[in-house]
Amino acid sequence: MRVHSIQSLGTLDGPGVRFVVFTQGCPLRCKCCHNPDTWAFDGGQEFSAEELARRAARYREYFGADGGITVSGGEPLLQAAEVADLFTLCKAQGIHTCLDTSGCVMNQDVQNLLTVTDRVLLDIKYTSDADYRAHVGCSLTPVLDFLAELNRRGIPTTLRQVIVPTLNDSEDNIRALAQIRDSHPCVDKVELLPFRKLCSTKYEAMNIPFPLAHVPEPTAESMVKLNALL
Amino acid sequence: MTHEHWNGFRSGVWQDEINVRDFIQTNYEEYLGDERFLSGPTPRTQALMAKVQDLFRQEREKGGVLDIDTETVSSLTSYAPGYIDKDNELIVGMQTDSPLKRGVNPFGGIRMARQACKAYGYQLSDKVEQEFTFRTTHNTGVFRVYTDEMRAARSSHVITGLPDAYGRGRIIGDYRRVALYGVDRLIEMKQADKAKMGRQDFNADVARACEELYQQITFLGYMKEMAAMYGCDISQPAKDARQAIQWTYFAYLASIKEQNGAAMSLGRVSTFFDIYIQRDLKRGTLTEAQAQELMDDFVIKLRIARHLRTAEYNELFGGDPMWITEAVGGMGEDGRSLVTRSSFRFLNTLYTLGSAPEPNITILWSTQLPEAFKRFCAKVSIDTDSIQYENDDLMRPHYGDDYAIACCVSAMRVGKQMQFFGARCNLAKLLLIALNGGYDVPSAMHLGPQMGVMEGDELDFDAVMKRYDEYIAWLMRLYVNTMNVIHYMHDKYAYEKTQMALHDTEVERLMAFGVAGLSVVTDSLSAIKHAKVRPIRNAEGFIEDFETVGDFPKFGNDDDRVDLLAKELTHKVITELRKTPTYRNAVHTLSILTITSNVMYGKNTGATPDGRGAAEPFAPGANPMHNREENGALASLNSVAKISYDDCRDGVSNTFSITPDTLGKTDDERKGNLVSILDGYFTKKAHHINVNVMNRETLLKAYENPEAYPNLTIRVSGYAVNFNKLSREQQREVISRTFHEAM
Repeated sequence: MRVHSIQSLGTLDGPGVRFVVFTQGCPLRCKCCHNPDTWAFDGGQEFSAEELARRAARYREYFGADGGITVSGGEPLLQAAEVADLFTLCKAQGIHTCLDTSGCVMNQDVQNLLTVTDRVLLDIKYTSDADYRAHVGCSLTPVLDFLAELNRRGIPTTLRQVIVPTLNDSEDNIRALAQIRDSHPCVDKVELLPFRKLCSTKYEAMNIPFPLAHVPEPTAESMVKLNALL
Repeated sequence: MTHEHWNGFRSGVWQDEINVRDFIQTNYEEYLGDERFLSGPTPRTQALMAKVQDLFRQEREKGGVLDIDTETVSSLTSYAPGYIDKDNELIVGMQTDSPLKRGVNPFGGIRMARQACKAYGYQLSDKVEQEFTFRTTHNTGVFRVYTDEMRAARSSHVITGLPDAYGRGRIIGDYRRVALYGVDRLIEMKQADKAKMGRQDFNADVARACEELYQQITFLGYMKEMAAMYGCDISQPAKDARQAIQWTYFAYLASIKEQNGAAMSLGRVSTFFDIYIQRDLKRGTLTEAQAQELMDDFVIKLRIARHLRTAEYNELFGGDPMWITEAVGGMGEDGRSLVTRSSFRFLNTLYTLGSAPEPNITILWSTQLPEAFKRFCAKVSIDTDSIQYENDDLMRPHYGDDYAIACCVSAMRVGKQMQFFGARCNLAKLLLIALNGGYDVPSAMHLGPQMGVMEGDELDFDAVMKRYDEYIAWLMRLYVNTMNVIHYMHDKYAYEKTQMALHDTEVERLMAFGVAGLSVVTDSLSAIKHAKVRPIRNAEGFIEDFETVGDFPKFGNDDDRVDLLAKELTHKVITELRKTPTYRNAVHTLSILTITSNVMYGKNTGATPDGRGAAEPFAPGANPMHNREENGALASLNSVAKISYDDCRDGVSNTFSITPDTLGKTDDERKGNLVSILDGYFTKKAHHINVNVMNRETLLKAYENPEAYPNLTIRVSGYAVNFNKLSREQQREVISRTFHEAM
C-alpha cells in the first residue's frame, strides 16, 4: 500500500483515539484540499497490510472503548484491496476500523472493503451536482451511490463537509445536507469542519497556487449558526 | 486503646499501634460520583486569596523574594506567629512571622545561606554568622571527606546537583499521625522504642539510632510548643475536620521550618481528611461549602510555603519549587479505589483558588479508578496544566496502598520508607569522556580510567560500547561512594528529626541515583550503530565534534532498534550501581528525571553524535529529544514506556505537551481521549507523565509579555512551575519542546 504518513495519535478522524494511516494518491482536486502532498500516485512509502496492522496493534491499549484504526488519504478507495486486507487483519484483533473517504469509487474491491469496515467518514463536500462539478471537477452521483450502498449495508456513517465561505456555507446548503442525512438512516452524525488555511504552506512548498487563498476562514459564530440548522 | 475524639470511627488495630493505613482502610468511604457536588469559593476564601495574590505580585516585583529574616535561624519556635489575615484564616501557622518572608537555614551549609541572602540583596547577619562559626554544617562535613576523584566528578559536572550543600529533602513525614494520635502518644511510642533499643549491645549503629530518637522526641516537644504559639494544643488527637487538617498542617509546617530540603513533599492526606469531613457532615457540624473552605485554606498555606535558595540551585531546579507533592487517588489492596469526595475537593482548589504549581498534585492512576474521577482529572489537566499522573498499578505491588510520592516521581511507603536523594549523573557527557579516553573537553579535566583517544575515522559501535561500559562501571562506583559520604554527613549534621519522628523507628531506606541525557546518548549510540559517525578532533587530538552521515532511528518513534538501547542502558546503570554497597544498607534505585537541570546539563556537554550541538539543552527526564518524533504522540509515549520500572524504581519522568485541537474537537471528546491515552500509556507499564494541553503560542506570548500571564502554570519535569519564574534560558527550552499537533 502506498502510504503518505502515519499518525499514531488521531482524535479528529473517527471516534476516540485512533491510529491513522494516510494513503498516497487521490483522483480528486478539491479546491479546499488540506493535503495536496497526498495527490501524486508515485509519492509516499510502500507498506504491507501486515506491517500496518502490526503497527496499529502496538497502540490498541490506547483505543479504549471507541478508538481504533482510521485509513484516510489521499483516497483510500483507490487501494481498496490493500485496505481491505489491513482491515481484515485489524478486525481479527478486535480493532475497530474506520474509513475516511470521498466515496468516489465503486468496484468489487470497494465492496469487499465495506464488509470489514465498521464506520465510514464520508466527506461529501457539496450537496449539488453543479457545485460538485464546479469545485471538485466531477459528478456527485457516484458519491450518492456510495452513500446508498453504505445505507444498504447499514454501516454507521459520519457525513462530513468542509465549510468554505461563499462556496457551501449557505443555509440552503446545510438544509440539503440535513435532507441527505435524513434520507439515509446509516448516517448517525454530521460534522461540519471549518475550512482552514494552515495548508497554504504546503501549496507554497509544492510550488502550486492555492485556489482558495483569497477565501477567508469561517468564523466560530458562523459555524455555531450552521450547526444549529442540523 | 480509645479516645473520645475518635467517637464515630470504626475500631481497628490502628487504635493500639501507630497505623494510619489501617485507620483509613477501616473508615474511608469511596466516592464513585462526579464533581457536581463541589462548592465554589466563599467570599471569605476569595478575600483571603486576593490578599495572597497581592503578596505574590509584590514578591514578583521584588525579583522573586519578598523579604528575608537574616537575624534568625529557622526552627520550630524561633519566629513569632505570622498571619495573612488573622481573623479570617481557618488554618493557621506560618514559616516565619510574616507571609512569604523567608527564613535562613544554614544547617546544610553556611556558605549557601550567605550566598542566597546576597543573591537577593540581603546580608546574613553577624549574629547568625557567629552562631555558625563553631558549628560544623553538613556541607563542611562532606568536603572534609570528599576524595580528589569525587571533587573532580563534581567540578567537571559529570555528576551534578549532589545534595552536599543543601538539604537533601525527599523525606515525607507521616504528618497524619499528629492528627490521628496527638503528639503525646507519638512521644510515648518513641520513648518506648528508645528504651527497647537501649537493651541491645551498643555499637555505632545503635548509638546513632538512640541519639536520633532523642532528637525526634525533643522535636516532637517543640512541635507542641510551636502549635501552642498559635493557640492550639496538639498533644491530643484532632476532634474534628478542622483540627485534623490543622494538626496535619502543623506537622508539615514544623518540618519545613526545621529543614530546607530540596523537595518537601506532603504525602497522601486528602482521603485521610475525608474521613473527618464525612464524620462532621454526618453530625451536621459542617457543610459542603465549609469543607471546601478548609481544603482551600490548607492549600493556601501550602502555596505560600517558601525556602531560600541560591542562584546555582535555581539553575538546577527552576521556578522556586518546594515539591509539596500530594498523591491523590490510587487503588486499595482490597479492590476499592481510594477516591473520596476529598480527592475532588483537593483538585477543586485549582478552580476555587486558580491554577498554580504547588501543591504538586499527583494522580495515582489505575485503569480501575472510577470513570467519573478519571474524567474529572482529565478536565483539570485540560483546564489548568497543573497536575501529573503516575502509574498506581505499577507501584502498588511494590509499595502497597499507602505510599506517596516525594518530589516528582519517587514512591515510598508513608512513614515506613525514606530516601537518600542523589541528584544525577550525565550519561551523554560520560560517553564523550569515554571516547576521549578519560578526558572531559568542556572542563579540560582528566577523569576516570586513562587510555588513548578512540582511534579511527569512523566510530565502531561494538568498540564504543565496550569502552563506554568500562566508564559506566567506573562512574557508578564513584557515584555510590560519593552518595555514601553525603548521606553519612547529612545524618550527622542535618538530621531530619521532625520528619523522622513521624516515621516508624525501623525504616527502610532507599538511595536514589539518577541519570540525565538518556535520549541524547541513546540517539548517539543509534547514530553510531546505524549511520556513519566520523569524529572530528581538535588540535590536541581530542574529539570535540562529529560528522554524522546517513539516517538513524531515533528514540521517540516506537522503534525497537533504538528504544531497546535506552532500556539496556538503564539496566546496565542500575546493575553497576548495585555492585557498590550503600550507607545504612539503603536499596539502590534509579530515576530518569532532570527537573529543569536538562538545560544546565546540556550547557556542560560537548557536541554529541546524534547531531545535538555543543552546550545545547538535553530533553527533560526520559523525553525523546525535542521534535525528533515523526510518528505522533502515541509512538513517543510507547518509546518511553519501554524503559523498565524494575530498573528505574525511582521513576521515569515524561513530559507531554499537546495542543487542545489535537486532543479532540469538543470538551467532552478531549476528556474522553485524554482518559484513553492515560489508560493506554499506563497499561503499557509506563511510570509517569506530565500533561500540558496548550499551544506553543501561549508560551511565546508569556515569554514576550510576562506581566500579562502572572499565573501561567506549566508542567516541566515531575513538577509544575509558574512559567514566569523560570530563567529566560529555561523558558526558551520549554518553548522548543515537542508540542504534539495534528496537521
